[in-house]
Amino acid sequence: MVENRPFLGFLTHLVLIAGVIVVAFPVYVAIIAMTHTDVTLNSGAPLLPGAELISNLIAVWTFDPPGAPPFWLMVWNSTLMALIIMVGKIAISIISAYAIVYFRFPFRTLAFWIIFITLMLPVEVRIIPTYEVVANLGMLNSYAGLTIPLIASATATFLFRQFFMTIPDEMMEAARVDGAGPLKFFRDILLPLSRTNIAALCIILFIYGWVQYLWPLLVTTREEHFTLMMGVRQMAGAQEVDPQWNLIMTAVVLAMLPPVLIVIAMQRLFVKGLVETEK
Amino acid sequence: MASITLSAVKKTYQGQVTAIHGLDLSIADGELVVLVGPSGCGKSTLLRMIAGLETITSGEVRIGDTMVNRLEPAERDIAMVFQNYALYPHMSVRQNLEYGLKNRRTPRPEIDRRVTEAARILEIEPFLDRKPRQLSGGQRQRVAMGRAIVRQPKAFLFDEPLSNLDAKLRGQMRVEIRRLQRTLGTTSVYVTHDQLEAMTMADKLVVMNGGRIEQVGRPLEVYSRPASLFVAGFMGSPGMNLIPAPALAGIAGGLPDSVGPACGTIGIRPEDVALTAPDRPHLRLDAVLDAVELVGSESLVYAHVAGLDSEVVLRTPGIHAGEPGQTLGLHIAHADLHCFDAESGRRLAS
Repeated sequence: MVENRPFLGFLTHLVLIAGVIVVAFPVYVAIIAMTHTDVTLNSGAPLLPGAELISNLIAVWTFDPPGAPPFWLMVWNSTLMALIIMVGKIAISIISAYAIVYFRFPFRTLAFWIIFITLMLPVEVRIIPTYEVVANLGMLNSYAGLTIPLIASATATFLFRQFFMTIPDEMMEAARVDGAGPLKFFRDILLPLSRTNIAALCIILFIYGWVQYLWPLLVTTREEHFTLMMGVRQMAGAQEVDPQWNLIMTAVVLAMLPPVLIVIAMQRLFVKGLVETEK
Repeated sequence: MASITLSAVKKTYQGQVTAIHGLDLSIADGELVVLVGPSGCGKSTLLRMIAGLETITSGEVRIGDTMVNRLEPAERDIAMVFQNYALYPHMSVRQNLEYGLKNRRTPRPEIDRRVTEAARILEIEPFLDRKPRQLSGGQRQRVAMGRAIVRQPKAFLFDEPLSNLDAKLRGQMRVEIRRLQRTLGTTSVYVTHDQLEAMTMADKLVVMNGGRIEQVGRPLEVYSRPASLFVAGFMGSPGMNLIPAPALAGIAGGLPDSVGPACGTIGIRPEDVALTAPDRPHLRLDAVLDAVELVGSESLVYAHVAGLDSEVVLRTPGIHAGEPGQTLGLHIAHADLHCFDAESGRRLAS
């Protein structure tokens, strides 16, 4: 397959470029829409930038679309949700990985496999029972309801487990001889060593929390808990009035920014955290 | 500082595999004891039992006057040096040295004093603020030593500390550890599979095999009077030539009277086989040269003797110029024959 023929090279590039255009074009349209007034947008999608970028960027923060809470509140909700999920997932999974790798207790392997199996059961698969549980616990329309069901995480537990297993046993033994108990060993040795892994997971998990759509849609019915992802959808679907496409598109682009910025800023750290082990 | 006493110490894994079979050993205050033996002989397990990293199935371990069976490693007041050093990679050398002291709530001025002192002794002052990964193997080894020294423990436990170093550095560190241990006078247990380390460092050598002690003694004593066939074959490089006594008697035309009837196997050190006849009573064997290994300062000559199954190795100083196929006369003084019991393999008094 690794043939070097000019024609094949041309063809593969053609396919790739076509793919990029297909993916990038809607984004381009959204960005262009940020720069026009709603009047222009309601008469068709322009392909060249206009002059309203700054005023739209200012207006969006006080934008209170019908059927959805104000934009700033949704940003706040989304951020809070993503942060709680991120911190919660990392805290729980690093502790459970620590237990699984460093402590001998009955059914240790079983515990690990049960956690592992949940990898195959993401929220989408167990959405009805999960909803039932959350509803019975009275957590609908709350931050707890938004985040707790998404916090239990096999991926992060698994990643930490793999990392802990690469740390030589002697490290733990040296710490024991040095008088460090389990908590001290965790705090003084394991946590600092996991720094890059934690950073990488922060990125993945923040984005995971940020882009949640289905779950918030189910558990929130009151506007004050709407997140950005579902709110944007509500803005566009508003009845009675003409949608303010300029502000909706501004909101869309702003909603895309955090993941993009995080990935760009932390790319190196991210790769390092997943690949490199410091021993 | 303290003595260490093991009595009837036993280690069984999951009630099935026995790693250590009820073993007794006493280590005097300030002594350096080397545990040596082949892989899987239980020497590391024994060390880790003293350290408290392995549980003790039965028997007693005492450090000083305290029975330590149920104490955590940190409570036993020992320090351990690991084969891969086990330095904390995210801490600077100074923090590595301080960590154990901090956990013991040693006052700050005392910590600083001890770290400075250890750094001076080990000549690692310039590296105190570096991370372990910025150090060479030898320097890391020193830091690992330093971490043990600052604690001023009752005993040092070394688990093959030099096996990750290259041969030259190993030689240097060997001398250094020995000197340091003498200066500090700390009781030490040192595990190694390297005979050179075992012979040169030990006050007392413990040869282990299959979870049992084969012989305890001063290094030269163990070398010159191995207590069993195993020790005879294990100590020395190459080990003793072990020849069935009846076969040897047949070829050499009788054995001296000092070799009793109970003798099943005769051991002969390679350096005790001479190519020229000594002026002491001796045996003479005709052999055919198979191969010569030139080490530089000496030569190892491999030869076979008609009627013997195994080759005979002999060590001769300088360079032996010989071709395979050449015939040799091998001479062994009567006094250099070691006799081992036919059944138990134990040394017979001679």
